[in-house]
Amino acid sequence: MTNQQLNSGNPSVDIEYRRRKNAEEMRYQVVSFSLMIFLTLIAFASVAMKGFTSWFTVPFILLLAVVQVVFQLFYFMHMSHKGHEAPQLFLFSGVLVAMLTVLTFVTIIWW
Amino acid sequence: MHAEEKMTYEKWPAAPEKTTLEAKNKFIGFWLFLGGETTLFASLFATYLALKDKVPSTEAALAKDLFDLPLTFVATMLLLTSSLTSVYAMYHMKNFAFKKMMVWLGLTVLLGFGFLGTEVYEFSHYVHTYKHTFTSSAFGSAFYTLVGFHGAHVAFGLCWILSLMIRNSKRGLSLYNAPKFYVASLYWHFIDVVWVFIFTVVYLMGMVG
Repeated sequence: MTNQQLNSGNPSVDIEYRRRKNAEEMRYQVVSFSLMIFLTLIAFASVAMKGFTSWFTVPFILLLAVVQVVFQLFYFMHMSHKGHEAPQLFLFSGVLVAMLTVLTFVTIIWW
Repeated sequence: MHAEEKMTYEKWPAAPEKTTLEAKNKFIGFWLFLGGETTLFASLFATYLALKDKVPSTEAALAKDLFDLPLTFVATMLLLTSSLTSVYAMYHMKNFAFKKMMVWLGLTVLLGFGFLGTEVYEFSHYVHTYKHTFTSSAFGSAFYTLVGFHGAHVAFGLCWILSLMIRNSKRGLSLYNAPKFYVASLYWHFIDVVWVFIFTVVYLMGMVG
């Protein structure tokens, strides 16, 4: 998926093309929003139904959260578009430090 | 193209958020900031996980006593929906539809205030019913720092979007303000990203035990 402009030399053709391109992208956004709502519902439902052990529920809802965040980043925040190499570097570096920090605090620190 | 140039529908570029040099710099700088925010919230999450349920006495409320599934669900839906409305706002920004963009931004702000309202109610409920305060336990400090910091981000985001809307209400869209709206919407999505982890790690995992 790109949002690069198509240069046909005819401005009205370009505008029509871009309008349709934007509308198509908006449809993808609505689909990813529906999926995000769906994942949220599953996460809440798996906690509301007390049938599962926490050994299943905790990794399961964490996985759902990660999937949902990927949708946010790549669709809502357009990280799937071209020209997002630097944003990806910044954000993934942040995520790496984040994971190390959390790992440290839940394993080698005790009170 | 110049930032001050009077824009028309025909002249509006495909990527107005990255057309001028200032916009490109703003875009890259803002993503660097978001990388930094990620590590900042990570340290707060890590502190919360280490101090969860660390309370001084057996009477003090634990995570599983405090959290309420329906209230968290309402707050989550409000914030998730506000993320979609800001996507709609940026969709109209790319199509040079200023009024429609303002309407969707207005909806985003309303939903954001709704979210903030549920959070204020929630905190006051914890303080008055459970005596769960910032100073009552290490658990309390870690909880209010993490969730409160996110709430402060929501409040800041609301002020930001509102001031952009008011300042540019009579200007219409230009290459000068389009990147400003775009960056504010990125910030709003990032708030939602953090909330996804808060409702999962703090609330849902808190209720699981």
